[in-house]
Amino acid sequence: MIGLLSYLVFFATVAAILSIAVLGLNLQWGNTGLFNGGVVAFFGAGGYGTLILGGTPQADHLGGFALPYLIALSGGMAIAGLLAWGVGILTLRLRHDYLAIATFGVAVAFENLMRNAEGLAGGAKGLRGFERPLRQALGDGFTYNLLFLIFVLGLLIATYIFLERLIRSPYGRLLRAIREDETAAMSLGKNPARIRLAAFIAGSVIMGLAGGLYATFYAFISPQDVLPILTFQIWAMLIVGGAGNNKGAVMGTFLIWGAWTASGWGLSRFAPLEVQLYTGSLQFILIGVVIVGMLLWRPQGLFEEKLVVSQSGRAKHLKQQGVRE
Amino acid sequence: MVEPILSVSNITRDFGTFRAVDGVSLDISGGSITGLIGPNGAGKTTLFNVLTGMLPPSSGSISFRGKDVTCMSPDRLFELGLGRTFQIPRPFSRMSVLENVMLAPLAQIGERLSGPFLRSREMRNQEQAIHARAMEVLKFVTLDALADQAAGQISGGQKKLLELARVLMADPQLILLDEPAAGVNPSLTRVLIEKIEELNDAGKTFLIIEHDMDFVMKHCDPVIALAEGKVVFQGTAQEAQVNPILLDAYLGAQADV
Repeated sequence: MIGLLSYLVFFATVAAILSIAVLGLNLQWGNTGLFNGGVVAFFGAGGYGTLILGGTPQADHLGGFALPYLIALSGGMAIAGLLAWGVGILTLRLRHDYLAIATFGVAVAFENLMRNAEGLAGGAKGLRGFERPLRQALGDGFTYNLLFLIFVLGLLIATYIFLERLIRSPYGRLLRAIREDETAAMSLGKNPARIRLAAFIAGSVIMGLAGGLYATFYAFISPQDVLPILTFQIWAMLIVGGAGNNKGAVMGTFLIWGAWTASGWGLSRFAPLEVQLYTGSLQFILIGVVIVGMLLWRPQGLFEEKLVVSQSGRAKHLKQQGVRE
Repeated sequence: MVEPILSVSNITRDFGTFRAVDGVSLDISGGSITGLIGPNGAGKTTLFNVLTGMLPPSSGSISFRGKDVTCMSPDRLFELGLGRTFQIPRPFSRMSVLENVMLAPLAQIGERLSGPFLRSREMRNQEQAIHARAMEVLKFVTLDALADQAAGQISGGQKKLLELARVLMADPQLILLDEPAAGVNPSLTRVLIEKIEELNDAGKTFLIIEHDMDFVMKHCDPVIALAEGKVVFQGTAQEAQVNPILLDAYLGAQADV
């Protein structure tokens, strides 16, 4: 029983962390229409940043600086934000698929850098020397994991409230206008470049938070954690949940992460041995099928974006009005 | 002669080796409804795009309300009081009609990241004012009943009215309309003309591209004609009707169709 419970805590922690990353992507894609194909770069920048800033000093790579945990985590977010600022400035003129290609390239470059620059972040062996905060007081057991889950859930809720408040304000209206038609927004006195950059950085800082928490949870991060598959998983979560809808983003994350975990378990348990060898590949195919299927048959996702109609908070589903992208 | 609100001097715009606008100079006097006519491909929309900052001119200069605005970006020009609509309407489709209109006002507190978090009370008060004004403007263009519809779902003519409503929210001094009557059914066109006349009486200046000669003859004065990127005629609508160059360049070209 305690085994199951502790597994559920583990599952919920990872799902909640990923939810934060998906919320960050939703700000970029769902609200602003920015096609970030390199989510893992910002996730990874937050993760590596947190561990380098908060870890104990290492002889063979940069850091650690042994900073207090919350400062290290904020620093990780800031590093993700700085990366987004640099990438954002360089790709300011790119839209849609071109932006996706450029950011995908950034993410692959990031992974390669982490894998090969041993002096920077430990190379393929990963980043060691980080101790989870309060570990000495709380130990490594179930209590610790439960408290960490509560910490993560608190941050998830805070992120959620922050974003909901943002997108219901005139700022959200501005982001949606940029998503719908930049030229028209510009003709109405808005500055799309500035707004796009702000949304790109804000979303990436949120992904950096998720990455920092992820690295904290495992007290370790390596290039294996920033492979392109994670970007695709995070995209699948948003597409299934419903781009433009924060509730959908969180629901989609738990669903897809559940399906991913269950498919891995199911394949390793019930599939014939020859098939089991390909568990990883089969899961890749599965996630691709889910993305394509969703885009074909329910592009608005399980929870579709609601049309903001007035301050009274009444909202209609876009679908009811038959609006398609 | 009233001081011109918009003064264009020797504007040229090239696309590669093609000269779409060729040395255009013109003055738009404040309070007028100026018609801009010319056959397809004459460079009218390109000139509009240059005037509104969407395209930088290859050479020449533009001044608006006494200020040099050559190469200024569209958002800055809008802030200075120059609004425009598009030939093919550009609504924010997956936003409500009301939201489309509420977007337009300048200097919104909630359009800064700090707004919703640090100045939320001020922001809410401003939102209420913007909301009230948006409903007024929507009523003015007869779209108030559609406020909660998605903008992508209203008819083509209504989209043209919506664009006018958006522009009006910021109270611009000069409004450039690109074929406001094209593809709009006659009863909506009447509404549109009525609204333009009302706004003009209230002091707004209009520069209108229009192919509907009835519209131009009845409502525009003066009329400027472009052909092959050049100004070929400037004068009253009556003079335009009998001008031989114009008949040749414009009406002749139409008669061929």
